[in-house]
Amino acid sequence: MAKTVVDTSADDDSVVEIDLKDPRLAAFLAWLVPGLGHFYQRRTGKGVLFFVCIVGTFYYGMYIGSGRVVYASTADVFSMRFLQDRWQYVCQVGVGLPALPALVQRQLVREHKKPLFGGEFMRPPYDAPPPGTARFESPDETDRTHTVVHPDELAKWNYELGDYFEIGTVFTVIAGLLNILAIYDAYGGPLIIMPPDDKKKQLAPAQ
Amino acid sequence: MISAFLSHSATMFLLATLGATRLWYAVPLITSVSLVCAATRHEAMDAILIHALRFALWIVVFMGIVLCVIQFLSWLQ
Repeated sequence: MAKTVVDTSADDDSVVEIDLKDPRLAAFLAWLVPGLGHFYQRRTGKGVLFFVCIVGTFYYGMYIGSGRVVYASTADVFSMRFLQDRWQYVCQVGVGLPALPALVQRQLVREHKKPLFGGEFMRPPYDAPPPGTARFESPDETDRTHTVVHPDELAKWNYELGDYFEIGTVFTVIAGLLNILAIYDAYGGPLIIMPPDDKKKQLAPAQ
Repeated sequence: MISAFLSHSATMFLLATLGATRLWYAVPLITSVSLVCAATRHEAMDAILIHALRFALWIVVFMGIVLCVIQFLSWLQ
């Protein structure tokens, strides 16, 4: 499937012809790894741009949030509770493969098994302390000789990370949403900006 | 009275500094958002970069206007 796109913002009014190959496969690849669908279509420049921007934003958010900001609820996937617990994951999973370990971690927690990577990476927070832990506590930020006891692990994460929990969440959510734009670009090509009237006259064939 | 004023000033200074520090997180976000949005509208790289620059400036101006409105509303309180 070939699509002809008139790039009206370029100075030379260049006409760019894009071979979208199999748009559905390209869209799936673009979801799986940002930019991969464009590599498949041999649109290398845009593939690199999407990969660097989207994956970079996602992992920078993960870094800010210490790996705790991307997780999925342990509730059933098609229940309202899944959205109520962590609606942000629905946006984050738009980034594809980088967000999928959260589903594995969620399943392991549901089955009361030990999560992967030995820690909190993409693991949903526990409601009750796991075996071997009496309660959720962390050192008091203002007085290190005291400890703060939290009702659940999510409260502990919010206390320890402060604003960075929200900032990291925003970065990862936006990365997922940006990849939806990239998926659409792989499926249907760039959005055509209608040329202004004077350019339309210039582009129209002479009659 | 003076100590209360100094305490209030120190708190405001601290909040302003924290706000300015947090604002730096907007830079990578604006960069990636403007580049990706521009890339979904063009195919040629030079057109993408020009569109991204214009879009980034638009976002900064929009955020500045919102900041001014919020500051004005807080001044009214």
